[in-house]
Amino acid sequence: MLKSDRTFFLRPQDMIGIAVLAFLLIVVLPLTLDNFRLQFVGKYLTYAFVALGLVLCWGYAGILSLGQGVFFGLGGYCMAMFLKLEASSVEATKIQTTPGIPDFMDWNQITALPYMWQPFNSLTLTLIAVIMVPALFAFIVGFAMFKRRVGGVYFAIITQALAAIMTILIIGQQGYTGGINGITDLRTLNGWDIRTDSAKTILYFVCVGLLIACILIAYFVKSSKLGRILVAMRDKEDRVRFSGYDVANFKVFVFCLAASLSAIGGAMFTLQVGFMSPSFVGIVPSIEMVIYAAVGGRLSILGAIYGTLLVNWAKTSFSESFPELWLFGLGGLFIAVVLIFPNGIAGLWQSYIAPHLGPLFGGAAKRRASPPATPPAAPPSGTAAPAAAE
Amino acid sequence: MSSQNDQSNKFSTTRRKLLMGIAALPAVPLLASSGLFSTPAMAQAPATSAVNTTGLAVTDTEVTVGILHSVTGTMAISETGSVQAEKLAIEQINAMGGVLGRKIKFIQEDGASDWPTFAEKAKKLLVNDKVAAIMGCWTSASRKAVLPVVEQYNGMLYYPTFYEGLEQSKNVIYTGQEATQQILAGLDWVAKTKNGKTFYLIGSDYIWPRTSMKIARKHIEGHLKDSSVVGEEYFPLGHTQFNSVINKIKLKKPDVIYAAVVGGSNVAFYKQLKAAGIDLNKQTLLTISVTEDEIDGIGGENIAGAYSSMKYFQSLDNPNNKEFVAAFKKMWGEKTVIGDVTQAAYLGPWLWKMTVEKAGSFDIDKIAAASAGIEFNKAPEGYVKIHENHHLWSKARIGLALPDGQFKVVYETPDLIEPDPFPKGYQ
Repeated sequence: MLKSDRTFFLRPQDMIGIAVLAFLLIVVLPLTLDNFRLQFVGKYLTYAFVALGLVLCWGYAGILSLGQGVFFGLGGYCMAMFLKLEASSVEATKIQTTPGIPDFMDWNQITALPYMWQPFNSLTLTLIAVIMVPALFAFIVGFAMFKRRVGGVYFAIITQALAAIMTILIIGQQGYTGGINGITDLRTLNGWDIRTDSAKTILYFVCVGLLIACILIAYFVKSSKLGRILVAMRDKEDRVRFSGYDVANFKVFVFCLAASLSAIGGAMFTLQVGFMSPSFVGIVPSIEMVIYAAVGGRLSILGAIYGTLLVNWAKTSFSESFPELWLFGLGGLFIAVVLIFPNGIAGLWQSYIAPHLGPLFGGAAKRRASPPATPPAAPPSGTAAPAAAE
Repeated sequence: MSSQNDQSNKFSTTRRKLLMGIAALPAVPLLASSGLFSTPAMAQAPATSAVNTTGLAVTDTEVTVGILHSVTGTMAISETGSVQAEKLAIEQINAMGGVLGRKIKFIQEDGASDWPTFAEKAKKLLVNDKVAAIMGCWTSASRKAVLPVVEQYNGMLYYPTFYEGLEQSKNVIYTGQEATQQILAGLDWVAKTKNGKTFYLIGSDYIWPRTSMKIARKHIEGHLKDSSVVGEEYFPLGHTQFNSVINKIKLKKPDVIYAAVVGGSNVAFYKQLKAAGIDLNKQTLLTISVTEDEIDGIGGENIAGAYSSMKYFQSLDNPNNKEFVAAFKKMWGEKTVIGDVTQAAYLGPWLWKMTVEKAGSFDIDKIAAASAGIEFNKAPEGYVKIHENHHLWSKARIGLALPDGQFKVVYETPDLIEPDPFPKGYQ
């Protein structure tokens, strides 16, 4: 599998794919959409971070997590706590019993800022926390599970339970978390008003930039030796273990990486939408995020991005056109994708379009070199899932 | 595009004519008595450029408003009534000639019981559709999500639900009760007529029940004679196991159970009370969270004997309400029930129409300024008036739940209660 001629982690067709995506997000969409729709795309892109993490974690390493919303939420909450403290100056909250603390704390008879909130007075600490808190949490969960060789369906169920526990915790501790309302009415980031249209446009481009950086990281991991071990582990875990690798450590790593990516998405979400609520942490949003990756193609890094955009665009436009029936339309779309295109949009591209385009676009020439990858629960055809293979 | 007026197409023309006739009847005395309208509503409409200086969706013949409620998800069961009431009010206003000579067209969006979706849709209505007003939101969480949006883009939100207070905005008209309007009179009544001295507070765990119970506790301990709170407990939304708290209630034997349990939890709560042998005809229970809509789910036989503190009950005996109930059932079917919030939602379009006509303009700033002092004589709950703080003056009423799912009104405050969203001494 190791090819000696590979000196750079991106293959030419990957570079073209990233360039097309970047062109679309940086040039085409800002020029064709009005501000209002562009802000929606910015919001959808924050979910793409989660889908990207899922491609690595689920598509490549075979670890299905149904609790990515937890990490998205943790990242988002860390950012929201900083913004909320900034919006709760003594000046702005003087009608409260205790001025200077967030309004929901005042409603819950809390009279001093809890210790948990103190670090979020600092932007630097907040930015560190956005990445580290979810990563640390993922590490603890992953370490405890993978070292005991808990995997597959059991791991999925446990992550789902985590999502439920986290929601209950956030809703229950409303004096500290804002409860079911979440943390709302966020205004400025270090004095910069994030609610204006120009700020939203800037945040959109920041979000696109971060996403492309994360895509590069994902490609780097995928093409490294580590990435190949992940794929090997997914397909025959015991063989990798008997070859002398500590499987659990690799799993913990990729799970933490996926968590950090989700958390970046969560933080960008909070910045662009202006609030965070437990409705992103629970089981339903977590599963929805898995659907984004599934629709896009869980074996394709770029496919997951397009999948996220497509599903969210469909969600918004269906619900605007048919406010009472849209959920059926969306459900139909998912069923169709799973039944007809099990490898999502990327699978469609690879099997029907790419073969006609030549090798630069991942076409036929490349496919012959592919070893037959057999991801779990997918039809055993290497041709439908060539993105997984080298 | 959205389902504009798709509802109206469902009605046959004969039915609509009937409805127009019914709707037009109350209009005549209204126009004559309120004296708000210097010109009859059907007269030549003022020029669009004069009444709309900020680029709202107003044409020479039409004005667009938004309806933003959950019609899917867990809140749909509660919010559907509000949507129906708002559509009825719009239909009736159009039958009378509309607002400033313009028919109201509505764009309905689905909040999907999801607070971020509410914020997204509110933004869409304001930025994309440039609606002149939004009738919408239900839960506090959805309002908290939408509030920054309507403030930023300078929209006008008519919010129908009774809520916890602690909020006031230029861009919101609260047509439901804030907490003190709903709570204080009810507690005074139960202390006096039921000789309630000990209270057990039970609520769902979120901001509205918590704030309401805080106010109730302050009132019980500070304003009622020799009264005390013997227990206070909260349960997560959707909780269905109330046996442990029911055992505690049996042990403490409070004079009054004071309940703010919401949504589906209500069904379990009242059924388990009954199963535990607590007869609500003997044990006084006063709730601030059960309307006719909830009883539909709980079952009248399970809650008969409980008291509910609201501002409106479907059984209210006054001519306005009789017309309202008849028109509502005509439009939405005999089996529909009308709860407190549904009535408050019905007020939204009417109050907006009257404010626009008083201001002589659709501009948000002018409407916000003109809102204070708007009076509505034909409200099903009786006369209401908008306070300077954008809440409504309204009465509090106590209803006794009957086995058929309706309430018998046993008490109403003699005067309108002043809204006080930031009550001193209760925070």
